[in-house]
Amino acid sequence: METTVQQFPPFREADAHHGHGEHAHHEPGFWEKYIFSTDHKTIGIQYGLTALMFMLFGFGLMILMRWQIAHPGVPVPFLGPLLEKVLGSVVAPHGAISPELYNSFGAMHGTIMVFLGIVPLAFAAFGNYVVPLMIGAPDMTFPRVNMASYQAYFVGGLIMLVSFFIPGGAAQAGWTSYSPLATTIPTDGQLFWIIGMVFLISSSLLGAVNFIATIIQLRAPGMTWMRLPWFVWAQFVTAFILLLAFPPLEAAAVMQLMDNVAHTSFFLPTGLAVGGQLANVSGGGSPLLWQHLFWFLGHPEVYVLILPAMGIVCEVIANNTRKPIWGYKSLVYAVLAIGFLSFIVWAHHMYLTGMGTKISTFFQATTMIISIPSVIILTCFFMSLWGASIRFTTPMLFALAFLPMFGIGGLTGLPLGFNVSDIHLHDTYYIIAHFHYVVAPGTIFALFAGVYYWYPKMTGRMMNEFWGRVHFWGSLVFMNVVFMPMFLQGMAGMLRRMSDGGANYSAAVNARGGAEVIGGLSGNIMELHQGILIGALCLGLVQIPFIINVFWSIKHGEKVKSDNPWDATTLDWQTPTPPPHGNFEHEMHVYRGPYEYSMPGHATDFTPQNEPENGAAPKPMAAAH
Amino acid sequence: MEIPYTSKPRPDTGLYNAKLGIWLFLASEVMLFGGLFSAYVLLRVGAPQGEWPHGWLNVWLGTLNTVILALSAITTLLAWVACKVGQFSKFKFFHACTIALALTFLCVKMYEYHDKWIHYEIKLTDGKFADGHFESAVYVNKATDKELEEHSFRGMAFSEVSGGVTNHYELASVTLEGRTVSDEKELMDLRSQKHIELGPVKVERAQIKSMQNYGPWHNTFLAIYFTLTGLHALHILGGTLVIGYLWGPGRKMWKTDPERFTNRIEVSGLFWHFVDLVWIFLFPVLYLM
Amino acid sequence: MSESHSAEHAVDFKTYFRRCVYVFIAVVCTTSLMIGVSFLDPKHYSWTAKVAMILVVACANAFVVAGFLMHLLSEKKLIYTMLAFTVFFFAGLMGLTIWAMHDLPLGSSH
Repeated sequence: METTVQQFPPFREADAHHGHGEHAHHEPGFWEKYIFSTDHKTIGIQYGLTALMFMLFGFGLMILMRWQIAHPGVPVPFLGPLLEKVLGSVVAPHGAISPELYNSFGAMHGTIMVFLGIVPLAFAAFGNYVVPLMIGAPDMTFPRVNMASYQAYFVGGLIMLVSFFIPGGAAQAGWTSYSPLATTIPTDGQLFWIIGMVFLISSSLLGAVNFIATIIQLRAPGMTWMRLPWFVWAQFVTAFILLLAFPPLEAAAVMQLMDNVAHTSFFLPTGLAVGGQLANVSGGGSPLLWQHLFWFLGHPEVYVLILPAMGIVCEVIANNTRKPIWGYKSLVYAVLAIGFLSFIVWAHHMYLTGMGTKISTFFQATTMIISIPSVIILTCFFMSLWGASIRFTTPMLFALAFLPMFGIGGLTGLPLGFNVSDIHLHDTYYIIAHFHYVVAPGTIFALFAGVYYWYPKMTGRMMNEFWGRVHFWGSLVFMNVVFMPMFLQGMAGMLRRMSDGGANYSAAVNARGGAEVIGGLSGNIMELHQGILIGALCLGLVQIPFIINVFWSIKHGEKVKSDNPWDATTLDWQTPTPPPHGNFEHEMHVYRGPYEYSMPGHATDFTPQNEPENGAAPKPMAAAH
Repeated sequence: MEIPYTSKPRPDTGLYNAKLGIWLFLASEVMLFGGLFSAYVLLRVGAPQGEWPHGWLNVWLGTLNTVILALSAITTLLAWVACKVGQFSKFKFFHACTIALALTFLCVKMYEYHDKWIHYEIKLTDGKFADGHFESAVYVNKATDKELEEHSFRGMAFSEVSGGVTNHYELASVTLEGRTVSDEKELMDLRSQKHIELGPVKVERAQIKSMQNYGPWHNTFLAIYFTLTGLHALHILGGTLVIGYLWGPGRKMWKTDPERFTNRIEVSGLFWHFVDLVWIFLFPVLYLM
Repeated sequence: MSESHSAEHAVDFKTYFRRCVYVFIAVVCTTSLMIGVSFLDPKHYSWTAKVAMILVVACANAFVVAGFLMHLLSEKKLIYTMLAFTVFFFAGLMGLTIWAMHDLPLGSSH
């Protein structure tokens, strides 16, 4: 159809036809299909695989650190010679981990797990794959921006990895990169960290814009806001958090970059002395400014880590209880409240920076208030189990375990939110235990659940149930073996980020009375290190069946008998397996809410969202092959 | 199935996808510049009395840039209106104006940066301060006693290879167009000083304790000035490239899909207006306060 | 491009053009006002007062640009709402950070 008339507003029905003409009979080559794809499903899988690899790497860093903590100064078995060969004998003398190397492992473990592992997996991977399917959309609103956001993530990750091999090694100033330490360390690791972060932040921003626009604009007809699966709500709020909380960190990163490279003094105070000498900088800056800008992101970031996971748990629980989720409306309002409140709680990470009582009390109050919607969400999930016909599939096992594990993590956060008790617990192992409980047996369990749950949709095969259970029980037991003792260690006063595992404070080394001295650590507390190391190693071993399961099941897993093997109600299961480019042959129409399981008067115990009221069967999809 | 609402708006939101996308992006940009502005406020409020500069920036150049950018915002809007009413030649004209104005802005900014780059503060050994723009420096070759006059600063010493011989030159003296003051604080508040006499100031090497130009390292005001305006200038550059693309190779879409093209002009125009908005706050905060 | 259409819309273009001229004049006026305020005699006007006045005028300037050039005044509710949240969080970032840096424990000196 020739376009000559520029009348406005021109509304052209011919749009659809034009589009078809461009795409029909265009078979993409290997590069376009798998590497430079703009299809949200491919991008989701790219994010997922990359993130899982980074998480494995981050896990490895942790094992090395735990070895050093349990056996300070002792060369690492098996890997020691390799470390010395690759990283040099300055940082890895005779294969032992020097304090500098320990610090860089610590900083990079945190950075990699959070920014290269969990956020890309929970938000970008699952979100990209599932959200457009769940809302009945053909793809994200901006497919090329989507591809760009993956590429930015990839480049950022590469920069972070490369930083291990530059002279001086990777960043050493913690995942929090506090100034002035971050600026005065004379190596380039911090520089690489900052540049990597800029790429990662940009990737997240692009992704956030895409998610929000998609969820607002591309919902299928009939998919009203209150009919959205709660997973979509969770991703929506997560995207908003990323959109608005990341930029101040980007601004701060630019300023820290200027401090490092251009010798400015944004975060360097007047009178700063480095190595006993007055630093040759203009001064006049504020280290606290960095902390404020960092934590302005840092706190909302933890909600980015947990909300998609909660979303997954919601879907898996609804599906495996064969009941509607209890309290859908409460869940929606709670997640919106969390998103909003998360922006005004950040300084509870800064109670020990000399803040006055008024401001401390403000942040304490908002921190306490934000626990309410979190508890509401957990309560709704627990209530959903009441009177349910629970199917103990592997995803359900992980989702069920999430509940008490996240509960422990959340409850142990309360003494940290109170500024009085935080004075004792800040920067101790209690904090490490708290946040790992929320993220490790919390979020990661939910992500495992997601993998087992959506694997059949992506591949047309089920993952092996037996090895799934081995993976589950092993992970559950050993996660607790690793992290529960850390609460005790923290309450006894063991500080975090000590490269000798607290040996300097231990009774064995401290000549003045051992554990009787203030800050002294008793032998019992120190002995826990051994148990934690063994627990961590076993935790690693038990992931092996999972990794094998993921790859083995692609070719040898039990084939699904239908496009909807879990008998789910949401639209992502009403597509061919795997969904083709464009997802749906025809526009989907939604007639009902997301969790219509066991509705009275229906023949089956589930009613898909796109099934019309009069009971007519939805348009048939091609059977799985 | 094609992605809907790329051109026609979705009925319940009234927006087409790209428009929602750009506003979302602009919201994140508000937070980005907001982070920098909050850094500015904090650094300024935290600075001790008398240690924050006033009047270091040329208000008239800033005003010129403000007018240039405001005009470019207008021409961007008119370019979009021209598209909406189908007058493509008007679109081409107004968009060209926008690009020309943007480049002028960047030139003025470059001139301002250069002005700071060649502005030096010299701490003298007698406790006084020489301050002004670099005029010339005399370097002497210790080996041959040959003198060299340079019109750009080449450091305290430099080496040059000529005819297979390495010549080592050391700074003998520096001439600034400026003044000498006894208290560094006098250099801070230029607004309150009525008539500042500027003249040639020659400083011998032996009198120099330290010498630093007005780069971002010189003090926190300059640090935040360069960072804020630098990031802003990068956004201007990015916006100019996008607008330039749409004016040049991108204009082909006018023939095949004029509605979508008009939307692209609108969306890039919104970005451009945002960049103008940031300047509306940058100018008074940095130049007038 | 049909002639009859552009004849009708030529009127619209002229209206837009006139509106743009008004906006430009407004921007020039507000800018001059800000410059004028900044040069007011410090003996009669405290620095805080001058800063407050300049910021108010800058906000008015921003309102004109955002409202008319960015069509924010005729934009959809969705955009407004989202921007309102953004402004709230920005205010939180600024305000709470400044408060935190100034609220010190009893007995400490700045």
